[in-house]
Amino acid sequence: MIPELGHFALACAVALAFAQGVVGIFGPSLRDARALYATPLLALSHFTAIGLAFLALVWSGVVSDFTVENIADFSSSAVPLLYRITGVWGNHDGSILLWCLILSLCGAAVAVAGGGLPASLRARVLGVLGLVSGGFLLFTLTVSNPFTRIWPPPLEGAGINPILQDPGLAFHPPVLYTGYVGFSVAFAFAIAALIEGRIDAAWGRWVRPWALISWCFLTGGIALGSWWSYYTLGWGGYWFWDPVENAALLPWLTGTALLHCAIVVEKRESLKAWTVLLAIATFSLSLSGTFLVRSGILNSVHSFAAAPDQGLFILALLGLTIGGSLLLFAIRAPVLAATGIYAPISRESALVLNNVFLCAIAAVVFTGTLYPPFANLLFGIQLSVGAPFFNQTVLPLTAPIILAMGVGPMLPWKRADLLPALHRLWLAGAAALLVFAVLTASRHVIAALGLAGGAWVVISALIDLFRRRFSTLSRSALGAALGHIGFGVTVLGIAGMTLAVQKVVVLQPGQSTTLGGYTWTLQDIHDAPGPNYTQRVADIVLSEDGAPFLTLHPSRRFFAAQKVITNDAAIHTNGFQDIYAVFADEPATGGAELRLNRHPMAPEIWFGGLIMALGGFVSLSDRRLRVGAPARRRKPEGAVA
Amino acid sequence: MLKPKRRRLYLVIVSGLCLSAAVGLTLAAFSSSLTYFLSPRQVAAQHPAPGMSFRLGGIVQAGTVQTTLAGQTPTTHFAVTDGRAAVPVVFTGVLPDLFREGQGVVAIGAMGGDGVFHADEVLAKHGAAYMPKDVEQSLKEAGKWDPKFGPPPPASTWNDMKVGS
Repeated sequence: MIPELGHFALACAVALAFAQGVVGIFGPSLRDARALYATPLLALSHFTAIGLAFLALVWSGVVSDFTVENIADFSSSAVPLLYRITGVWGNHDGSILLWCLILSLCGAAVAVAGGGLPASLRARVLGVLGLVSGGFLLFTLTVSNPFTRIWPPPLEGAGINPILQDPGLAFHPPVLYTGYVGFSVAFAFAIAALIEGRIDAAWGRWVRPWALISWCFLTGGIALGSWWSYYTLGWGGYWFWDPVENAALLPWLTGTALLHCAIVVEKRESLKAWTVLLAIATFSLSLSGTFLVRSGILNSVHSFAAAPDQGLFILALLGLTIGGSLLLFAIRAPVLAATGIYAPISRESALVLNNVFLCAIAAVVFTGTLYPPFANLLFGIQLSVGAPFFNQTVLPLTAPIILAMGVGPMLPWKRADLLPALHRLWLAGAAALLVFAVLTASRHVIAALGLAGGAWVVISALIDLFRRRFSTLSRSALGAALGHIGFGVTVLGIAGMTLAVQKVVVLQPGQSTTLGGYTWTLQDIHDAPGPNYTQRVADIVLSEDGAPFLTLHPSRRFFAAQKVITNDAAIHTNGFQDIYAVFADEPATGGAELRLNRHPMAPEIWFGGLIMALGGFVSLSDRRLRVGAPARRRKPEGAVA
Repeated sequence: MLKPKRRRLYLVIVSGLCLSAAVGLTLAAFSSSLTYFLSPRQVAAQHPAPGMSFRLGGIVQAGTVQTTLAGQTPTTHFAVTDGRAAVPVVFTGVLPDLFREGQGVVAIGAMGGDGVFHADEVLAKHGAAYMPKDVEQSLKEAGKWDPKFGPPPPASTWNDMKVGS
C-alpha cells in the first residue's frame, strides 16, 4: 500500500512540476498576477509530492518490503537500519529519485526565501526549475521507476553491495547531489535573466549565494568521496581520475569560476554574458555528469547497469536542456551589455585570469574523460586515458592559478599596481622559496613545487587577512581568504602524498618488517564478530627505536550473503601523517599479506576541502549577501529524510 | 582607462594563449600517455614494444596462478587468455579479492624484454557476475562468448578453457 501511495505521489509530482514550469515561464509575459502568486505554491506542493514519494520508498526500505523490486535487489533484512535507509539511494532508480527530491527542494527554497526577488523573476526562475524537474521526473516515472513491484516477492533481499555499507559513502551521494543540483538555481536565474534580457548588480547578488552554497556542498561531496576511496579501496589512493570523479570535478571547476565572476557582475557590472554562460555550463556539466555516468555511457566503477532505452531518454533530455539553454543564450546574450571598465592589471583582470585557467583545466579534463568512449564509438579502438594524462595536463595549468591566487586578492578594483601587491607578499614568496630549496636539496622536485605552491597560497591569504585587520573584515572577505587557505592546504596534502612510502609483505605472526623509519610487527591474527559479516583481524604493532607506540587492527570482512570480502584499512592519523595498514589476504602458506603505507600530509587533502567548504559558509553568512538574497533556509533534507 | 576594444583584444590574447597552452598540453599528453587495450590475441599478433604501457584484458587461465615469496614480498605469476592466445603475467603486490582462476581481469603494465607482461596494477571488479567491458569485447571477437546469447558462462566453466580450444 505504502509503495502505491509513493507511486501516486510521484505521478502527482510530474503534473505539478510541468504546471510550475508552464505557469512560471509563460505567466509573467501574460501579465497575469495570478500566475505570479501560483508558481511558489506549485513549487511547494511539487516538493511535498516528491517528498512523500521519497518517504514512501524509504519506508519500504526500512520495513524491508521485498515486493518492491528496488528494495528486494539492493537491501535485505539483515542490513543495519542506517544502510537500509541509505541503500535506498545506493542504486540507479533510487538515486535519481533523490536527485529529483533535491531539485524540488531547491525550487521550494527559492519559493520560500525568494520573497525579496521581483515577482516576475521569481516566477520565471521557478518555471525553469519546474521544467527541468518535470523532465527528469517523467524519466523516473516511465523508464526508471523505483516503485516497480515484483510478485511473488523473494523471502530475503539480495542485500546491499558491501563496499557501499560504510558511513562515508552513506552520506556522500546526498551531499554531492546537493552540490550538483544546487547549481540548477544559478542556471534557472541565468535562463530567467536571458528571457527578461536584463542583468544588473542585483542579479549578481541574488545568484551568488545559491552558487556559493552548491559549491560548498560540491566541495564537501568531492572531499567525502575521495576520503571514502582512500580508506576503503585499500591502496591509499585518493583520486583516480575515474570518469565519475571527473564528472564531479568538472562542475566544481566551472562552478568555482562562476563564483568568482559573479563577484565581478555584482561589484562592477561586467562579464555578464560570460557569467550567464558559466551558469549554463556548470549545470549542464552537473546534469551530464550525473546521468552519463549513472547510465553507463561512460565506463566506470560507479556505473549502475542500465537498459538502452534509459540511455536514449537521458540523452534526449540532456540534449533538450543543454541545447535549448545554449540556443537561448546565443539569441539573447548580445542584449547583456557590460558597463564597468577596467585596466589590464586590476582585481577584475585577476578574476578573468582565474576564469580562463579554470575553464582551460575543465576543457582538458572534459577531453580526457570523453575521448575514450568517442574513440571507441567512432574508430572502434579501445583505449583509456589514465592518471598520467591528467597529471601532465592539469598540473601545469594549475601552476598559474596558484601564482595568481596569492596576488589577486591584493589588487584593488578597476586599476592596480603590481609592485605594491608583490611588496606585501615578500614573506609568502620567501617562505615558498625556502620550502622549495630545502626539498629540492633532497631531490623531490614535484613535492617541492607542490609544497612551495601550497605554502605560497596559504601564507599570502593570511597576509591578506592581517592586512585588512580582523575588526573591519567583512565575512565575505574572511570566507574568501578561508577558501584560498583551504585550497592551499589541499595542495600541501597532495604534494606531501607524493612522498608516501609503501610496501607489500607477507608476515607470519611474530615476524616484523621496517618501513618509513618504523618497525611493523604482526602480533596476532584472530576472528571477530560483525552485524552481517564475519571478520579476521590482524594486530600490527608499530615501534620506533624499539619502543612500541601504536597498534593497528586492519581486518578482512566476509559478507556471506553476497560472498564478497572487503578489506577494512586501519588508519592512524596525527593530523600531519597517516599510518595506513591493510590486511590484504591470508596466503595458503599461513600468515598475513599486508600492505603497509606511511602517508605524509595525507589528512591535509580532506582537511583543506573542509576549510574550503567552511569558507564558503562563512562568506554565505555575510550580512550584505543576505539583504534581499535568499540563502538561509537550505539544508540537505534528503540526507536526514 | 583602456578603450573597450583594446580591453577585448587583451582578453582575446590571454584566452587564446591559455587555450593554445591547453591544446598543446593535451596533444603532448595524448601522444605519450594514451593507454591502449589489447587482448592476448592482439599481443601475440602485434608484439607490442617492451616498455610500452597498455592494458591487457582477458580471463585468468586455469592452473597458471603461482605465488612465490621474494624475501617478504609476494610475487604472482599467471597467464591471461582469451581462448586463442595466452600471455604470461607477473605482478608484485596485492591482488584484488575477486582475482581467481577463470575470472575476467584487466592488467595495466608493459611487456618486458623476457616476453612476460609486467603488471603495475591488476583490476578485477567487484561482483562475481561482472565481466569488464573490454574483456567482454575481446571474448566476443575471439568467438568465445556473445552477449546476444545470454549472460556470460559461469566463471567455473572458464576454468576448463585452454589456449586454442
